[in-house]
Amino acid sequence: MQTLQRTPLHGRHLAAGARMVPFAGWEMPVQYESVIAEHRAVRADAGVFDVSHMGELEVEGPRAHEFLQSMLSNDLDKVSPGGAQYTLLTNERGGIVDDLIAYRLDEFRYFLVVNASNKEAAFAWLKEREPRGVEVSDRSDEYALLAVQGPRALERLGLPEARPFTFAEGDVGGIEVMVNRTGYTGERGCELLALVEDAPALWDRVLGRGVVPCGLGARDTLRLEVCYPLHGNDITPETDAISAGLGWVCALEEKEFTGAGELRRVKDEGPQRKLVAFVMEERAVPRQGMPIAEGGEVTSGTHSPMLDAGIGMGYVPAVLAAPETTITIDVRGRPRGARIVKKPIYKREETA
Amino acid sequence: MAAAESYPDELRYHREHDWARIDGDEATLGITWFAQDALGELVHYEPPEVGSTVAKDSSYGEVESVKAVSDVIAPLSGEVLEVNQKVVDEPETVNEDPYGDGWLVRVRLTDPGEADSLLDAGAYRSFLAEQ
Repeated sequence: MQTLQRTPLHGRHLAAGARMVPFAGWEMPVQYESVIAEHRAVRADAGVFDVSHMGELEVEGPRAHEFLQSMLSNDLDKVSPGGAQYTLLTNERGGIVDDLIAYRLDEFRYFLVVNASNKEAAFAWLKEREPRGVEVSDRSDEYALLAVQGPRALERLGLPEARPFTFAEGDVGGIEVMVNRTGYTGERGCELLALVEDAPALWDRVLGRGVVPCGLGARDTLRLEVCYPLHGNDITPETDAISAGLGWVCALEEKEFTGAGELRRVKDEGPQRKLVAFVMEERAVPRQGMPIAEGGEVTSGTHSPMLDAGIGMGYVPAVLAAPETTITIDVRGRPRGARIVKKPIYKREETA
Repeated sequence: MAAAESYPDELRYHREHDWARIDGDEATLGITWFAQDALGELVHYEPPEVGSTVAKDSSYGEVESVKAVSDVIAPLSGEVLEVNQKVVDEPETVNEDPYGDGWLVRVRLTDPGEADSLLDAGAYRSFLAEQ
């Protein structure tokens, strides 16, 4: 039996009464008090997630930029030092090895924050292709990552507003952190990258500012409401970016990268199937793997706390992918109606 | 608000974490505090049809939280007389009041003698302590 890894906050989670579950080889908190209450805290105010299980890969050297331009789908020429970008690590078939955020530290140095479940695969993929003049290293053991998310997240931390997808050095209660204006909830907020040894004190300072501890359960419901794909569910090495609706992070006009030719072909011919979002019209909770009667299957499903309804994403034949199309989900043998909706499923009502 | 842990003395318990309140040849069925706590807040209750039969030790419905779905096991056999529509509409009622407003079905028992195989509250508490 494989031993589960623990983040530097493991003791803090147990002390806070978290329910711990295995996730991607790690023992992680799935909830503290309640998934729904934690979800609402992030939509209304601020919550903090321990995402220290995620991997940090450093890519540096005089040819680091050029190398990553050939490996990643999005155009890093658009990112200056201090900027970040959502992008895909693609294979020759245009499939997705991992989705990640690339942080440009300086001209010749990048940080890639990758999924825990794909860290080994992403690191091996890059290391095998690493040319002379580039050094790829796994720095994951040195860092903890706390995602502080919600409309009041920055205010509670005493951090200045900044544009999304930028980062800067910052200070939370005397602890030095890198403040990344990124996240996985659809809310404003930040991700704090800190040294492992500073993590418990940082966690305490963040909770001391009235931020609610949140588990992976709420992280999943939050990301699905805003239709952020989860690698392993909605996107995989067998699914391509165009069918997944991620053409906007593929610089097919600007550059060459692994699988770009195949992605251009899919784009030109039109994908056979598309990843769509749907809301249940009847009371039922869709789950990953449930067949869709019209073709395809559910890749992610849950109960939306904000809509109080079942929601999900799944691949359907492209001809059926238009919003307002009704589909039928096979919920353990029971046919249940759903309606395809425009992404995101949940959007905050804009206030003037 | 979630209820505090309790296992009322007047109920009978099944090892699959279900309870029965027996009243002559009828019984009200539900899931125990332990079961609702393990699942988390319920977001869906898939009830059986009124008039259908439920068999002791078999599934008669499903309850779901955000993260998980669980079969509901019948502690006793019978015919479904009534389904708790309040729980269908507001599944979190089970978390708030698992032995009261959070009941799941009312059944007419086909074999009241089956109750002899169920646990009393003390035995169920001991069973939980061994888990």
